[in-house]
Formats: sequence, structure tokens, C-alpha cells
Amino acid sequence: MASITLNNLGKVYAGGARAVGGVNIDIADGEFLVLVGPSGCGKSTLLRMVAGLESISEGEVRIGDRVVNDVEPADRDIAMVFQNYALYPHMSVRQNLAYGLKNRGTPKAEIERRVGIASDILQIGPFLDRKPRALSGGQRQRVAMGRAIVREPAAFLFDEPLSNLDAKLRVAMRLEIKELQKRLRTTSIYVTHDQLEAMTLADRLVVLNGGRIEQIGTPLEVYRRPASAFVASFIGSPAMNLIDSAAVPHLAGSAHAGQIGIRPEDLTVTPDGPIQMRVLAVEELGAQRLVHGKTGDQRITITMASDADLSDDLRLSYRPNALHLFHRDTGKRLD
Amino acid sequence: MIENRPILNLLAHLTLILGVCIVALPVWVAFVASTHGPTAFMSGTIPMWPGDQMIANYSQMLGAGVSTSGTPPVGVMMLNSMIMALSIAVGKIVISVLSAFAVVYFRFPFRGLAFWCIFITLMLPVEVRIVPTFQVVADLGMLNSYAGLSIPLIASATATFLFRQVFLTIPDELTEAARIDGAGPMKFFRDILLPLSRTNIAALFVILFIYGWNQYLWPLLITTSSDYYTIVAGIKRMADAVDGLPQWHLVMATAMLAMIPPVIVVVAMQRLFVKGLVETEK
Repeated sequence: MASITLNNLGKVYAGGARAVGGVNIDIADGEFLVLVGPSGCGKSTLLRMVAGLESISEGEVRIGDRVVNDVEPADRDIAMVFQNYALYPHMSVRQNLAYGLKNRGTPKAEIERRVGIASDILQIGPFLDRKPRALSGGQRQRVAMGRAIVREPAAFLFDEPLSNLDAKLRVAMRLEIKELQKRLRTTSIYVTHDQLEAMTLADRLVVLNGGRIEQIGTPLEVYRRPASAFVASFIGSPAMNLIDSAAVPHLAGSAHAGQIGIRPEDLTVTPDGPIQMRVLAVEELGAQRLVHGKTGDQRITITMASDADLSDDLRLSYRPNALHLFHRDTGKRLD
Repeated sequence: MIENRPILNLLAHLTLILGVCIVALPVWVAFVASTHGPTAFMSGTIPMWPGDQMIANYSQMLGAGVSTSGTPPVGVMMLNSMIMALSIAVGKIVISVLSAFAVVYFRFPFRGLAFWCIFITLMLPVEVRIVPTFQVVADLGMLNSYAGLSIPLIASATATFLFRQVFLTIPDELTEAARIDGAGPMKFFRDILLPLSRTNIAALFVILFIYGWNQYLWPLLITTSSDYYTIVAGIKRMADAVDGLPQWHLVMATAMLAMIPPVIVVVAMQRLFVKGLVETEK
């Protein structure tokens, strides 16, 4: 186990295209850090640089006290879980788990012991002698994690490990990963584009956009005080309403902000609210409904209880401290 | 097509049966000829049913050979053919799997050039370069040797391309997982790539074995000693009777015997063969 430090890390491809730049993150020993962002934001590149699968063009990566920029992936003491699991199709589950240990010259008895422990933790004992193709997606995912666990590495690296699973299984596996990480206390970096996965798993979140860090913080910090309009629109579901301040001059702070953000759940329907909304579409979610509409020419979404009254025109009110103000040009938070 | 009309079924079967007959008839005639005495095929009417000389003909070919045409017994020629076909098939597979590995997985200088050089050799089959190749083999003193029979035919662009395609279908993540698992390049090759290309290797082996077995022009050119005659070239020499009639019954018996090893290879490896050609999941 070890801390991981990314020091001014950057990646420039041979053609001169910049994928990632100026990344500084300190990951504490045992911490679960999630890198989240839209596709193409550089989060996978960042992870692969830590893994050693991508060369580092700027800055340095430290695992523990050691700078690992020029260390082979196998010698970085990390284990990685891939999106498509990357299990060796011709090997049994047992061989898949043991392969990395065997290559390192681990004694047979020790391999046995670790495979036994990992298969107990992940409950894959019954199919240790099966080939990966005979397993379901969730089981393959478990084996992929088992392959990481048996190595007892300093850090786990997860590259969108749940993206290939169906929605229900994803939720279950999400919880399992969380519990597993808490139990093993292994430093973990987890890449995802799913903000919900990021929120639920992370000790700390790193929101990336265009190869730059937008914000680092605990899930609640990021949710409550998004550092930029981008973070505000990316974290939270349904997404925060971002309204051009010129369209709502009567709102507090709109005079000096470019955009005003307000979460759908912070808007409530009241007969005398200051905001008028024309309803365009309604999505029923069961307990709640999402109501999409317009105020002036700005699109907004609100959530309301599914048994509340609905009409074509609603008046909305908000709590004053629920407004987030963002700068007109930079999109940065203004307070 | 999922139509199921009796008339179409009938038509399909007739077409297939006709095709089988066209392919099988010469083989049948050859078999019939190999069971008659020496004169049966010189009499003007070709018999269509097996005669009574089968045991005599085959035992003569397997035992003594045909002394007049200078060919050794079939056994020796079969062995020569077998050695040549196996060396060609195994050699081609070893070389092409290694060169495909190099081309796909290594970033070395002039990699593109190397790839195109391999590509260009596709335009130079044995028949085109046969005179210079003969010169080289003769200068190296490899006439009348197993090395001379097989080495000039061993390099194979086609097989290299096939393995290149196979390797390209193997997901990058698998390579990366192996790297993290501490497998060096050759270990990755042995533990991951070779097992994953097993069916393709088998399919290629079948094709290449038959290619090697059926070599005709090259062995005919470079073997002058009857110790190194291959069976396909040997049949040709037997049919070239200089001062008499060709002994068709013996030629045909040899031809029938020459067919057996390729048939065994195809039948034994049929399932792997089909799998290797159609399997896409990696």
C-alpha cells in the first residue's frame, strides 16, 4: 500500500496534440479517488500514465516514495482492472488469477493461498476451473478484480470496469467494489464517465474537462459547491439548470454573473414564486417526475413529487443560498 | 435463404451431387485402373468396375517399385514427400508467426519497409523465380537434399498476413494486462498469442501441408537422385516410359497411395480447420 502523487503531469502526443496537462493530485494511502469527466477529457490517459501503459511527457508520477516515470508497468506494484476485463480466454479462472504471480516467481503454495483468499472474497470459488467464456459478465468482472487482488499491489487502477455490465448489475457491482476497497484499504484510482458511479464510490472526486482538472473534492463538496459551470452541469442528475443571467435580471446576483446555476431539486412550485415556467415535457420516474420547460427563452428542468398538481404554467421559488453564480467568460464560480 | 420448397431442395441436392460426381469420377477411374492388369487400359474400352489385380499392383508398388522407370518403391517416395511437406508446413508457420509477431507488436526502425518487402514477395511465387532459385540452391550444394526441397518454399507472405490479421483481432487490453502481469514479449508470445492462434495454426497447417505435398515442378527440377524423389514427381517419372507403354495400373496405384496422407490430414484436422477459418471471437 502506498500514496500516489501526480506532480504537474502532462501528456503530449507525437503530433503535438495535448491530451492532459498540469495535473497535480495527492492520493493518500488507502484513498479511493475517482477520475470523472466526459469522453475525451483525458481521464483514461491519466490512469494509463500511472499504470505505465502510456509514456509520461511532462511531470512525474510517484508511487510511495519512488518516481516511477521510467519503471515498467509490471514493476510499479499496481494492478489494473480493464473495461472489457481482458481475461486470458484460453486460461481457466484459476490460471488467470495465478498468471501474474507465476511470472513473478511466487512459490506455488503462496499462489494457492492467495487465489484461495481472493476467490473467497469474491465468491468465485465454484468456477475456478472454468474458462472465462463460460462466465457471465458479472462473474468475469469478479475474476478481473480477483486478478488484481491476488497481486496484493500498492494500488488498484480501475478503467471504467462497470461500463460493459447491464444497469442492475452495475449498481450491485458498484457497491461490491466500494465494500471491497474499504475492506482491503488499498489505494485506488477509478476512471468513469458516469457521474453517479463517481459520486457513490469516491472518497474524493477529480472532475476533468479537456485534459485539465476542473475540481477536486469530496462528492458532497463537488455537488454543493461546483467550482465551475462545467462541473455544475456534469455532477448531479438531473443536471443543474444553467440560466443566462440576462434572462433573469430579477434574481439575486444576476447583475455581475454570466450564468446562474440552480439544481432542479432546489426549485419548488409555489403559487407566488418569482420565476415563471412554461411546461414543455414531463418525464415520470415513479416517485418523482422531471418537468422540462422554459422560462423566457431559457430551458429549465425541475423535479417534483409525482402526485403534485401539474399545469401548463408553473410559478417557481428557490432558496436564496441555492443559487450558484458563474463567471461569464471563464465559467468559474464567483464566490 | 430460409425458403423451404421441395423443388428447391431437390435442385440444390442435384447440383451438389453433380458437383461431387464431377470431382469424384476421375478418382474412381484411377482407382479402377489401379485394380486391373497392365493391358486392361490399352484395349480401347475403359473398365468402370474394379478388377482382380488390386493386391498384386499395390504390393508391387509398395514393395519393389517400377524398375524400368527408375523410381524407388512408393514407401521411400512417400517418406520424402512427407519430410518435405512437413518441413514446408512447419517452417512456414514458424517463420510467418514470428514475423507477424514482429510486425504487429514491435515498433522498430523500417518496420513499414519490412512489411512492404514481405508484401512484395507475394508477387514472386516459386514458378516466377524458379531459375535464379535453382541457381542459388545449386551453388549452395543443396541439390538432392531435403533442405533443397523445402527451404526455398518456406518463406510465406500469405501466412504472415494471416497471422497479422489474427494478432490484430486480439484486444490491446489483453496485451496490456499481460504487461502488467509481468509477461515479457516472448513470454506473452508463448503464453498468450500462440494459444490464442491455435486454431488458425491448425487451419494453416492443413493448407500448407497439402501445398507442400502437391509440390511438383520444384522437386522435379532439383532431385536427380532417386533417393530424393517425392511421390508427386515420381508419378510423373513413372508415366514417362521411354521405351514402352506407361504402366497405367501401377501409376494409378501410386496416385491412389499418394492421395492418402493429405486425406488423413484433412479428415483428422477438419474440425480445427473449420474453426480456425470461421472463428472470430478472441
